[in-house]
Amino acid sequence: MSMKLSTRQVDGVTIVDASGRITLGEGSVLMRDTVRDLLAKGNKKIILNLGDVNYIDSSGIGELVSAYTTTKNQGGELKLLHLTKKVHDLLQITKLYTVFDVKDDEAAAVKAFK
Amino acid sequence: MEQTVSYTLDSTLETVDHAEEKATRIATELGFGEDEVMQISMAVREGAVNAVLHGNAYAPDKKVILAFERTSEDLVITIRDQGKGIDLSGIPNPLAPENLLKTSGRGIFLMRSFMDAVEIRPSQTGTEIKLIKHVRGSSAAGKEGSQ
Repeated sequence: MSMKLSTRQVDGVTIVDASGRITLGEGSVLMRDTVRDLLAKGNKKIILNLGDVNYIDSSGIGELVSAYTTTKNQGGELKLLHLTKKVHDLLQITKLYTVFDVKDDEAAAVKAFK
Repeated sequence: MEQTVSYTLDSTLETVDHAEEKATRIATELGFGEDEVMQISMAVREGAVNAVLHGNAYAPDKKVILAFERTSEDLVITIRDQGKGIDLSGIPNPLAPENLLKTSGRGIFLMRSFMDAVEIRPSQTGTEIKLIKHVRGSSAAGKEGSQ
């Protein structure tokens, strides 16, 4: 299953709902383009909802890191929401779990933005 | 699965997906559990990415050899490219604090995390990666289960 992304706004925060696989190629490129496009349009409070992401490879991990650092470097903030067990475990073993701001509840994640 | 099956694949992104699919099918056929199948398929995917991108650099005249061998105790997966051989000393530790926010460099680490053993042999004619997973559920698992 290829990756699909859709965006919505909640209280000034952009939520990107992702589903499928974030892997080398189409999935990674789509993620990169979407985040860059949001930032270019001034949307700097971003939540990546990964609840329906069932697979991610090292390229996908790299894209999450890139999205995080790109947003931060532009004065924005990016949080991860609803990690599946597979993605959670991958972020744990790569020691990225504590780097990202990970949330389990959408409303709380939206509120957590300054 | 026969004792050994091997495939000669092009240096394309599709090869990465195909390698992962073959690994998933073969590991499932061999009776690995769901988590182990995922680990094996992900390790193979990372190995294939390494071969296609970093080894053969998408060169159309270079191939990726993918082989699965079932020994008495292990599933041994060999991925060989025809590139210039990767420089293992040039791969930084992705867990070091200064590397955590790098966007690449985690492939070999993930392979090592998911498999029981990983052997990497770079040479001037290509890099060979062996991914080894012990086959449980035979005598060893039986003993564990009876305790």
